[in-house]
Amino acid sequence: MVYGVLFWEFFKIGLFAIGGGMVTIPFLFDLTKKYDWFSAEELTNMIAVSQSTPGPVGVNMATYAGFQTAGIGGGIIATLGLVLPSVIIVIMVSKLLSHYKDNLWIKEIMSSIRPAVVALILLAGFELLKLSVHDLFSIIFAVAFFLLVYFLKKSPIFYIILSAVLGVLFKL
Amino acid sequence: MNELGKIFVSFFKIGLFTFGGGYAMMPLFRQELIEKRKYISENELIDYYSIGQCTPGVIAVNVATFTGYKIKKVLGAAIATLAIVLPSLLIIMALAGLLNTLSDNQWVAHAFAGIRIGVIALILKEVVVLFKKAVETKFQLILFLLVLFLLFCIHLSAVSVVLLAACAGFFKRLKDK
Repeated sequence: MVYGVLFWEFFKIGLFAIGGGMVTIPFLFDLTKKYDWFSAEELTNMIAVSQSTPGPVGVNMATYAGFQTAGIGGGIIATLGLVLPSVIIVIMVSKLLSHYKDNLWIKEIMSSIRPAVVALILLAGFELLKLSVHDLFSIIFAVAFFLLVYFLKKSPIFYIILSAVLGVLFKL
Repeated sequence: MNELGKIFVSFFKIGLFTFGGGYAMMPLFRQELIEKRKYISENELIDYYSIGQCTPGVIAVNVATFTGYKIKKVLGAAIATLAIVLPSLLIIMALAGLLNTLSDNQWVAHAFAGIRIGVIALILKEVVVLFKKAVETKFQLILFLLVLFLLFCIHLSAVSVVLLAACAGFFKRLKDK
């Protein structure tokens, strides 16, 4: 039953991806190894589309991945699975807000999770790099593009469109 | 329009008109929730973001749930969350069908090869930005390097490193106390 598995996998992502939409990327990569729902390459395209369409990136990626796996029902199930844990937790946190904020145990645990999360995103970047960068030209392109993104503060949409245009021009 | 209807419209609009998620959505949250509807204060928005950063899930969705709960308790939270997610659902599913049929086209393939590199650059920039915020102490730097090692050399899963880091924080607090 693909819907059940899909819901459970995205529920787990929604529960463990702490720090926002980008953090779901490494979890989605785990899915490409565990199931044959979509390949790592397809996932990269999904990330690109999710960044250049409206809405929270994490939600977009879940919808896309679910849709790719099991059509419209899959898109809805995956999104629901992703969102449900955080809705439950945020409602509980809302109730506990005043106590929660000053609890030193929670603070220490959260500040320890954050560096791990950054390492996870870095790993995701490297996994993508291995897939998309295989010759000298693409290495130069990737480095130049990173510098552009880093120093020129434009919106992600601008870079997505620019990289598409450059991809066509240089026949990447 | 009743209060729930207004909540729905506000969050649907936010979901429809923001690109990029996370901090990129903050300006529209501010405009819609603070300035126009006066649902929350400036400080509350920042609080929601910082807690949303530390609670599981997508930050923008967390902010929607927080705000909805503040206005109309559980029902408000459900409506706000549904409304912010709905534009994504509709747009992505419409686009995905289209892109799947286009993916054999050579131009589309070149464009996506370019986009893939663009996305990598965006992700790596995110890493640099997040690193500056998340790694401030020596303990956090050691954790970061340790997790990197576990991920690259031992291939631990994402869930296990998050749990391990949480344990590390717990034991550090136990020791410091």
